[in-house]
Amino acid sequence: MAQYAILIYEDESGFANGGDELWQTMMEMHSRFAGQVGEKGGKILGGDALEPTSTATSIRNDVVTDGPFAETKEALGGFYLIEARDLDHAIEIAKLCPAPFGGVEVRPIMDTSGG
Amino acid sequence: MAADAGTAVHDRNAIRAAVADAHRREWAFVLAATARVTRDLDAAEECVQDAYVSALDAWARQGVPRNPGAWLTTAARHRALDTLRRDRTLRAKLPLLIPEQSQADAEADDGEPFTADDRLRLVFTCCHPALAREAQVALTLRLVCGLSTGEIAKAFLVSESTMAARVTRAKKKISAARIAYRVPDATELPDRLDAVLTVVHLVFTTGHTAPGGPDLVRADLVDRASELARMLRTLMPDEREVAGLLALLLITDARRETRTDAQGNLLLLEQQDRSLWDAARIADGSALVIESLRGGRPGRFALQAAIAAVHAEAASYQETDWPQLLVLYDRLLRVWPSPVVELNRTVVVAMVSGPQAALDDIAKLEAEGRLDGYHYLPATKADLLRRLGRAAEARSAYLAALKLTDNPAERGFLSRRVAEVSMADGR
Repeated sequence: MAQYAILIYEDESGFANGGDELWQTMMEMHSRFAGQVGEKGGKILGGDALEPTSTATSIRNDVVTDGPFAETKEALGGFYLIEARDLDHAIEIAKLCPAPFGGVEVRPIMDTSGG
Repeated sequence: MAADAGTAVHDRNAIRAAVADAHRREWAFVLAATARVTRDLDAAEECVQDAYVSALDAWARQGVPRNPGAWLTTAARHRALDTLRRDRTLRAKLPLLIPEQSQADAEADDGEPFTADDRLRLVFTCCHPALAREAQVALTLRLVCGLSTGEIAKAFLVSESTMAARVTRAKKKISAARIAYRVPDATELPDRLDAVLTVVHLVFTTGHTAPGGPDLVRADLVDRASELARMLRTLMPDEREVAGLLALLLITDARRETRTDAQGNLLLLEQQDRSLWDAARIADGSALVIESLRGGRPGRFALQAAIAAVHAEAASYQETDWPQLLVLYDRLLRVWPSPVVELNRTVVVAMVSGPQAALDDIAKLEAEGRLDGYHYLPATKADLLRRLGRAAEARSAYLAALKLTDNPAERGFLSRRVAEVSMADGR
């Protein structure tokens, strides 16, 4: 098995006006996703949601600035760390990951063991 | 390893020719089988290259083996196993390109002639949708056809370093992201196969109307694409779209000799000498078309091949079955809604309903803007305007097309048309 990060990129404005109802829906979607990963033979090793980019602080060459590293329409809003057989398997799982206001990116985790 | 008692040819040139021939015929088979052992395409390529080099000496001493592919595969796999045995740490680090048990297979048949055909695994890996189309094309030509990076760079008019970087990046992604070395299962197969066929077709069209260089056709690329299509046909005899693609290539290429005149000037379908078309290829292609259309809804390659067959079987341009072509184009648009297909359909509309009806369709395509920068759009429009006697408008459309193509034969054709309509316009 190999490890992959599923990075969730979404338009934050989609969440801005959703209120509690959207929050509830998103929670349900993510817990359903967690169940589906197991059914597909994969495993969630970790993951979290991030506060919006309005809370971000960037540091480049020791210069601290308010805001995200790059201003983009769709921003990194959360991630999962999963275990999958190969890229096809990881993609199959990532397709189920909720991202109603954007999409996800799959990145292999670099193997840094043994140099 | 004991060489088969093949023909004992010790002439250096004959040996070199035999190795070159084996390179062309067997490269994909040998590399695909070796990748099973190395579990890494880069390492496999090195072992296979070494095997070809060692063949030059070995075959000179022992004669050319009866089955050069098996000899080369055994040699390459031996080298791969040696490397792996020597470097246990490397082996531990290598990504699981293929399932574990095949490593056992690889050890078990050590020394035996290798017969399992892994070429499909190799093809599907090179054309994996996680790779950009241009990377899929480059990898297929490099790993399946065995072309050098320089040759591929030349075909696609990029520098050798750009192409080398493209190939290296793609190979790194296969290994780092663990793109599996396997043939997709039945549920994924239609989409995955379409990507493979698209890559082969792209190699063909790049050769068929070369984007640069002195000739209209780059025969080497056309031939490579045809060989790839034949190989797929052998490996997937039941896939109708594979039959469709091979038919399309055969029928299109049957006209190769008649697409330009003795001076290299482009000749249109209506100007070509049909008696010079390769009748045997057209017959082979047409038989495949029938097979690809049979049973269920035909795919886009089958329908494109059927369109090519209607043209190829017509005794003359005027006697072409245009209404039948219109039916085929409409079916093609349903399975493959592409603006290029819509543009080609306008040519048929012009023959069935007249140039004005076709111009109306072209106006819609222009408004959509999806074909901006595609020189066949203004070229087709120009031709319709010319036939309607609207010389001034035709002239500006031909000039617009001329700005968008670099192929010398096409430029020559368009320039002659500009001169013709300028004369008609009294310029």
